[in-house]
Amino acid sequence: MAPVGRTLLILGLVVAVYGICASIYGVRTGRPQWVDSGRRAVYSLAGLMTVAWVILEAAFLRSDFTFNVVWQHSSTTTPTFYKLAAPWSSQEGSLLLWVWLLSLWSSLILFLTRRRIRDIAAYATAVLLGFATFFVSLAAFFANPFTTTSTPPAQGSGLDPLLLHPTMMIHPPMLYSGYTLLTVPFAFAVGALITGKLGSEWIALTRRFALASWLFLGTGIVLGALWSYTELGWGGYWAWDPVENAALMPWLCITAFIHSVMIQEKRGMLKVWNVSLVLGSGTLAILGTFLVRSGILDSIHAFGASTLGVPFVALLALMIGGGLGLILWRRRLLASEARLDSLLSREAVFLFQNLVLMGMVVVIFWITFFPLISEAVTGNKISVGPPAFRPFIVPLALVLVALAGIGPIIAWRRVTAANLRRNFLLPVAAGLACLVVLLADGVDSRPFALAMFALGTFVLVGVVQELVRGAAARRAMTREAPPLALVRVIRRNRRRYGGYIVHAGLAILLIGVAASSSFQHSRQVTLTPGQSASVNGYAIRYVKPTEHVATDRSGALASIAFGAVLKVSRGGHRVTTLRTVRRFYPAPLTPGVGPISIAFAGSADSVVGLQTNLTHDIWTVINPNLAPLQGRINQGDRVFERLMQSLTPAQAAQPTVRNTIATEQAVAINGLSRQFVTHPWPVTFLLIVDPLVLWIWIGAAIIVFGGLLALWPIPVLLRSRSRARSAVRSHPASPREPVLDHATAMREPA
Amino acid sequence: MDLVVIMVLLGLVVVFVSAPLRRVAPSVGLPPEMTTGDPEPELRELETARDAKLRELRDAELDHRTGKLSDQDYQALDASLRAEAIEILRSMDQARDHAEHPG
Repeated sequence: MAPVGRTLLILGLVVAVYGICASIYGVRTGRPQWVDSGRRAVYSLAGLMTVAWVILEAAFLRSDFTFNVVWQHSSTTTPTFYKLAAPWSSQEGSLLLWVWLLSLWSSLILFLTRRRIRDIAAYATAVLLGFATFFVSLAAFFANPFTTTSTPPAQGSGLDPLLLHPTMMIHPPMLYSGYTLLTVPFAFAVGALITGKLGSEWIALTRRFALASWLFLGTGIVLGALWSYTELGWGGYWAWDPVENAALMPWLCITAFIHSVMIQEKRGMLKVWNVSLVLGSGTLAILGTFLVRSGILDSIHAFGASTLGVPFVALLALMIGGGLGLILWRRRLLASEARLDSLLSREAVFLFQNLVLMGMVVVIFWITFFPLISEAVTGNKISVGPPAFRPFIVPLALVLVALAGIGPIIAWRRVTAANLRRNFLLPVAAGLACLVVLLADGVDSRPFALAMFALGTFVLVGVVQELVRGAAARRAMTREAPPLALVRVIRRNRRRYGGYIVHAGLAILLIGVAASSSFQHSRQVTLTPGQSASVNGYAIRYVKPTEHVATDRSGALASIAFGAVLKVSRGGHRVTTLRTVRRFYPAPLTPGVGPISIAFAGSADSVVGLQTNLTHDIWTVINPNLAPLQGRINQGDRVFERLMQSLTPAQAAQPTVRNTIATEQAVAINGLSRQFVTHPWPVTFLLIVDPLVLWIWIGAAIIVFGGLLALWPIPVLLRSRSRARSAVRSHPASPREPVLDHATAMREPA
Repeated sequence: MDLVVIMVLLGLVVVFVSAPLRRVAPSVGLPPEMTTGDPEPELRELETARDAKLRELRDAELDHRTGKLSDQDYQALDASLRAEAIEILRSMDQARDHAEHPG
């Protein structure tokens, strides 16, 4: 089916280019049938890319090694679960995934807007298909997933072991969904700017896509952090890696938009700012894809490296230049309809929060790209690393958390001093109480962390206060039981309370980050069995080594695992038993690498020994030194090389001879592996006791829950539209009543 | 087999994408939604503004009930929002009348 796949890419390219031309021709000449045809081109592209994706997935599932991408990134022994995920471990599959997701989201938004803002949608169609043209072209001409070989290998290279992790099934599609969803508001912003119809309708129609992109990107970022923590074996969850930053920047930008767009919806303000944020988020999404796919900056995501830089830079230049040009052209139409009433208002808090978020984006952008900037200026590529981020990001994060607490408890437009006192008293008192308790407890060595704990408490108490007051207000009207009133007040105000819950999740997450990064106890120790090391009061004893040689279904070597069992105790009481493993994978056949050496020469990954609870994680990873084995490995290489050289080509080609040699090699490798247990040598462990790490994952789950709540459709609002029309018509003489009807219709239970 | 699949997909795409172009004598000129002077897009813009204003009314009421707005502030804000909402509803009526009785 490879020829079908290749043809589908070309066909997709033709359809995308046709759709661009048809949409623009239709809207410019007033021929709606051409606009409809352009929209159908998007649907068709989605259909074609779906078929292409199915063909690629089927090739992976069948281990069809005539596809180059399949033998390079999978093998017959790759578990089916990971075969499904293997396409996006490759450059070629990633590009196809990008364009497939883009075509699906584009089809969805164009279907939803098929009878609305059709002139804006026509230009948006052209922009979305422009992105599709770019990515289909890359997939068709630069990194085609459907290229084949006439001499397929009997076995594939397999999936990079680092990607053999459950989060890798979801992490990349989440990020790519986030990136591709960001192109939707981008495209509609361009359409609105071109047509000059810069009212609220295009924003109302695409807001959910912005929120969905925020949710997908955020989930992808957290899953990446979880993967880093449990798979990479360095003991952290966030390394300020360029690819991590590439996802974080558009997420911060779209977070700013999700807040500031409310000001435009309510007050008609910040139009230039909002359209800039939408265009900026879309551009950062492409920049993120570029960073992952180009390999331009050194990253732990080295499996994504390639040379796609020039086309991406051209696209980014077009997006930035075109976006700025359109905003300048339409600057008069983007004038604000109102002014800020007071600095003591939610609008002002949102505005300040936007500045903080964009400050973070600027800092992250500058430091991430500093190696390239320094190379351009001085000729030397200087990487400044994670410490460069902290002096800027930590204070900004503190301000952000403070604002996340103030936002939910301050009213729109203006507030009085008395109301401020009433609403802030409890949360501020709780924050201060937290600070006092921690100081009294002697936790005074990390001022930024202390500030984060106090501010986080302020946010949490503020959100709880809002939930309680909301439920109480509903109870006053309905006399419902408190839990029911709480559920119903949240259900009927999903956007508001979903947002509050997100803020609570953010506070919990950042408390976890502050605690785990400020109060981590870490030691690298070298132990032999029976020896112990102490970390933050925990005695960790290396009980015994373990080893395991894994083979695949054909009997070929899959991995060699050297591990350890460690017992953790505190004050003489047993706490837990940890098991950690370092797995070595064989390299593909390489000239110059001996037949035994090759068993250890591929990539390696770690299984972390982890005990986690609400107060702390005890984390360990083994890093066995292979040097004591090296002499025996070299000896084995020489024995088998001599054996191979002693064979005639005819003998070497005989299956029985080859099988015998393979069996002997397996025996030798098993013997080597047993050495780790029978003659244990000192091995290095990284031992970490880290407080409140679990809070990070709990906070993230709460954020996702709150995001889903805010994203959920609001059927009551849809119902109220029809009721509103009848209300207006039935009370033409009374100007107050229709509004009362609307408000009541939305307030009261259906 | 591959050729058959490709031809079938090509045929489906051509038929599907060209369907709007094969409809009977579509007149030149944008449909009502795509004409700037037509009330439909204006009406939809007004509907969006109305929904936002109603949300704002509702938010203000919830802010009042949960103690974020004093009685005095709420009454002033509510009156102002209601006036803005009524203005939008009137504009919607006018847009509807204009659509039903053009000229």
